[in-house]
Amino acid sequence: MHTIKDNPILKREIMMDHYESPRNFQLSNDSFYRQIHVYSQSCQDDIHLQILINKDIIEDVRFEGKACVIATAATSIMTELIKGCSIKQANEIIENYFAMINQKEYDENLLKEAVALETIGKQTNRISCATLSWNGLKELLNENEKNQSESNKN
Amino acid sequence: MCSLLTTQIDCVIIFKKKILKEGESMMFNVDKIRQDFPMLQGKTNEGKPLIYLDNGATTLKPNSVIEAVNNYYQNISSNINRGDYKLAYLVDQAYESARETVANFINCQNKEVVFTYGTTHALNQIAYGYGLNNLKKDDEILITIAEHASNTLPWYRLAAFTKAKVKFIPLDKKGRITAKNVKKMLNEKVKIVSITHVSNVLGCINNIKEISKVVHNFNAILVVDAAQSAPHIKIDVKALDCDFLVFSGHKMCGPTAVGVMYGKYHLLENTQPLMLGGGMNTRFDTNFNVSLKDVPYKFEAGTTNIEAVLGLEAAINYLQKIGLDRIASYEKQLKDYAINRLKKLDNVIIYNPEADIGIISFNVLDKGKIIFGQDVASYLSKHGLCLRSGNHCAKNLWQYLNTDSTVRCALYFYNTKEEVDKLIEVLETTTLEKCIDVIL
Repeated sequence: MHTIKDNPILKREIMMDHYESPRNFQLSNDSFYRQIHVYSQSCQDDIHLQILINKDIIEDVRFEGKACVIATAATSIMTELIKGCSIKQANEIIENYFAMINQKEYDENLLKEAVALETIGKQTNRISCATLSWNGLKELLNENEKNQSESNKN
Repeated sequence: MCSLLTTQIDCVIIFKKKILKEGESMMFNVDKIRQDFPMLQGKTNEGKPLIYLDNGATTLKPNSVIEAVNNYYQNISSNINRGDYKLAYLVDQAYESARETVANFINCQNKEVVFTYGTTHALNQIAYGYGLNNLKKDDEILITIAEHASNTLPWYRLAAFTKAKVKFIPLDKKGRITAKNVKKMLNEKVKIVSITHVSNVLGCINNIKEISKVVHNFNAILVVDAAQSAPHIKIDVKALDCDFLVFSGHKMCGPTAVGVMYGKYHLLENTQPLMLGGGMNTRFDTNFNVSLKDVPYKFEAGTTNIEAVLGLEAAINYLQKIGLDRIASYEKQLKDYAINRLKKLDNVIIYNPEADIGIISFNVLDKGKIIFGQDVASYLSKHGLCLRSGNHCAKNLWQYLNTDSTVRCALYFYNTKEEVDKLIEVLETTTLEKCIDVIL
């Protein structure tokens, strides 16, 4: 994984690959999925994101939408990273991703292909593209946590 | 005291002479014109020479405009409408002189010129100030899908308030608003037709003169959004016979946050001010009696953007010295040149090749697929090129264009063939890979 960081050609290949064939790019009709619509306030990025949580595991992540290369690739990579993770693991990945975007220390091994986006924080006008669906995922997980604690109370 | 005042008066006079002098011998020489703009003197964008092609969003300012703004603060700083002392009187004079300059610019009476904070403010002022009193349930407001958000959303809200309906006049195949299509939509319920003079995405000039005739046959009023036309072509509200016409200063070399609402005098009298406060009333008391000043002053509540009004006057003087006709013909030449060169590129789709003014909406293809506009704009920025991508605030238009967004090259009279050449050179070799490389 260390190779991505200093390898612009590999970074570009990862981005192209996820943009041209985005993973998990189809929404489900299953009502058990939690869904969120995220869209940029300043540009055209517009994404619908779904997650399926079973007990503590994120069993599935899906998305659809129209977005720029950064937003599309960042979302596609995210779905691959998060799928199959426990909520705790997912939160750890999210935390590291935002640390990377904010040009702070992060664990490359956790972020895998997402490391291709490591310098995006220097392009301040494109940070919102790289974080759009990651913020959406955060919201979905927060919502899930709230519902959990509510149902525990009941 | 005396000498101080003399100095101030002199400053105003000398200053006006200077503006006249700057433009006097101005034949259309683009190199000479560029010298008037500090932003065109060796500035860079991402380390490359700045090429500013986002003039649909806002324009650069010549020295005379910047000096007019400075002159207000340095030599005649005081409030308007408070003129008990000579200095305040001088500002009043300067302010009213700006109103006269605008009136001459669009061929109306001084009292028909209302200063606003821009086109958006003016359109909201008309929608609520005129619309709320003159529309009732089931009346109709006609607009088009080519309108900017500012000529769409106030009408949506007015319709919600009054239970009137907003309906859309269909565009013709070239994206124009035609009298024929307006006529088809007209009926006795239509009270307001509000359309753009020039679309900010399609760049075509709509025939307002013909449209106003058919609108008036049905006793409706015609509101014209001239934000994209006033900077480029001569406006004559009498010839157009529109009822309201609005535009912004900053899109025509003037300062930001100033604009104009022209209205026929009897309609302005029949329009309520959107904002109430100081400067626009004559008397009020604790029994809630309020009397307002006459048109246009009743619309200019609070301390207005005085520096920008004076800057707008300088901008109009500047444009008129060059000549609107010369500006229009130079821009047309430049636009035709750009279109001809763009048409030769296999990887560029142009959405409005028949535009009348210098607005060109396009997308770039890689292996037959559109590269997302924002990715192209980011890439162009790395070469110093400033272009806008997206829907350009006309979010209803995209069903017609069959794409979600475009990249927009909006030319102005200070742009050059060399700048267009640079754009072509970069677009020619734009690929998705290169767009990605610049952000990684």
